[in-house]
Amino acid sequence: MARVLFENVTKEFGSVKAVNDVSLEIQDGELLCLLGPSGCGKTTTLRLIAGLETATSGRIHIGDTDVTRFSPKDRDVGMVFQDYALYPHMNLADNIAYPLKVRKVREAARMERAKEVADHLRIGHLMERLPGQISGGQQQRTSVARAVVHEPRVFLFDEPLSNLDAKLRLESRGFIKHLQQEMGVTAVYVTHDQAEAMALADRIAVMQDGVIVQIGSPLEIYRNPQTSFVANFLGSPPMNLFDAEVRNGSFVGSSFELDAKGVKEHSALNDGDSVTLGIRPEHVRVSPKPMKNSIASELYAFEALGPESILSFRIDEQLLVARAFGDDPPEIEMGQTAYLSFEPRHLHLFNEHGSRVNAD
Amino acid sequence: MNLPKYVLARIGFYVFVVIVATAFALPLLWLLLAPFGRQATLAVRIPSEPTLANFVSVFRNAFAMRALFVNSIIQAVGAMLLITAVATLTAYSLSRIRLPGRDMFVYMLILFSSVVTGSAAMVPIFLLIFELGLIDSHTGVILVFTGGLLPVAIFIMRDFMQSLPKSYEESALVNGASTLQMLRHVVLPLTRPGMMVIGIWAFVNVWGSFLIPFILLRSPDRMPAATATYSFYTEAGTPVITLVSAYALLYILPVLALYLFVNWRYGFQFFGGIKS
Ligand SMILES: Nc1ncnc2c1ncn2[C@@H]1O[C@H](COP(=O)(O)OP(=O)(O)O)[C@@H](O)[C@H]1O
Ligand SMILES: [Mg+2]
Repeated sequence: MARVLFENVTKEFGSVKAVNDVSLEIQDGELLCLLGPSGCGKTTTLRLIAGLETATSGRIHIGDTDVTRFSPKDRDVGMVFQDYALYPHMNLADNIAYPLKVRKVREAARMERAKEVADHLRIGHLMERLPGQISGGQQQRTSVARAVVHEPRVFLFDEPLSNLDAKLRLESRGFIKHLQQEMGVTAVYVTHDQAEAMALADRIAVMQDGVIVQIGSPLEIYRNPQTSFVANFLGSPPMNLFDAEVRNGSFVGSSFELDAKGVKEHSALNDGDSVTLGIRPEHVRVSPKPMKNSIASELYAFEALGPESILSFRIDEQLLVARAFGDDPPEIEMGQTAYLSFEPRHLHLFNEHGSRVNAD
Repeated sequence: MNLPKYVLARIGFYVFVVIVATAFALPLLWLLLAPFGRQATLAVRIPSEPTLANFVSVFRNAFAMRALFVNSIIQAVGAMLLITAVATLTAYSLSRIRLPGRDMFVYMLILFSSVVTGSAAMVPIFLLIFELGLIDSHTGVILVFTGGLLPVAIFIMRDFMQSLPKSYEESALVNGASTLQMLRHVVLPLTRPGMMVIGIWAFVNVWGSFLIPFILLRSPDRMPAATATYSFYTEAGTPVITLVSAYALLYILPVLALYLFVNWRYGFQFFGGIKS
């Protein structure tokens, strides 16, 4: 149990900066999710903690120890690999007990401990099987069991659920969260699935091109995305983003005009500024009757998902997605014109560089 | 599909298969039957009065027995161990370490290998081994075979190693293993099927080769079985077919035994990646 500290860590592969000057503190007992699109440097960050990559520059601490130059075996971490990496020639008992075996724990003691962990993860009855003879979900549990069997100071997970089907993924997500809290161990969890990150994390670090663009609790990031990239990456369906220009107290887009009255951030903008307007689907109000300060558009697609409905409207080349909760969605026919409006406080503003515009 | 046409196609196919199978099976059948016949014949027929006399004369030939059960074994096993060990280590480093021109290196090796065991290089090889003072020694034969077979062995092993996910080794390291423990506990067991294939392949190649030992060896008591077959020729140079076939039957037994042993002990199954 220990915190993990990154100080200006950079990792280069030739000319590619996979991790670019990252500073980060992961608190003791916290579950931090590294979230970002494929290729943004999540796995590299995780491998830097494990010692499978060595930082080009910067320092990494686990607990009070500077482990920057330590080899993996001296770092005392447990890692669940994306492909599980269970040794195919060892049965589950030997797989799970492996970290104890190399730590010179006696055969009887390590088998007892392996059995205990396996029972806890409900795979205790499979100890004699080879990894090839159990299901994907059981393989995943086995790799978790092997990662926790020696009670490491840090857990590392690299997209551990990406090989499971949707139903099993939900179940495993709950079980990982429970296990981590029960053991109170610091954990770093890599995923590109925003829902997984939202569900699991104490804090999320959103990565883009080797840089952490925002870090905070899931709700903080969801409510106050600091860049249009983060805004678009979290939430499903993602936030609607539309380009507009500030003109005489209004936001003027290619085919709409919205009064900026009531939008606090407007005070920080000047006439002629380009902005990106962001609105979450759940904050779009859909009305069949004309409304003041709204965007008129025809219904393009309608998806009834049960507890919620997704309505898409076409605005020029883009779709604006609205989400209505409950069993009675707005009564609009395909092709019928609807009027879309939002409360000013729900509008997110980003400048032309994609950074959030805050009120003065 | 139209039924008669389909049936005809099937029949044609079976006839073809039977012809091909017969072409391969006949020599083997001859090899199984001829040693038990009294008369030399090239026909495949069950001997009317089976006899073990041919085997008795073969066993009495001390030169041929020593060739088969001592010299051939020394040379084939020696080359097999050397080739497997060196190919495994080389292939492992080639598959795990990034080197510029790594693939080029392997392809060049392959190219050269066909030269080493080819007959065109026999004179230079003879001279080289002569200069090294290894003429008429098991070591010389083993080294030449190793040189000739190693590149292909490395190529096959490297392919095999590259198909092993690196995450096995990485997870061993993260789990606390030292590099040596990782090699012993994880890499070696996973590589064993590949080593078996290379080992048997090398053994069979050396076992069946005639030219290299024939050129490099002089003393009768170092000759392997492939060259010792000549001792069953008459002085006029024609083979005594009854004896040659009996010797040939004995000649394939060690290969068969090796194959069965490996298959029984380790099996030829491959542990691929785990499917999920
Ligand atoms: N061993 C490597 N050699 C060269 N480039 C690499 C290596 N590992 C990762 N990269 C590059 O670094 C970047 C980040 O990769 P990675 O950390 O795997 O991303 P993620 O896990 O977020 O998908 C990518 O551009 C990738 O191509
Ligand atoms: Mg990754």
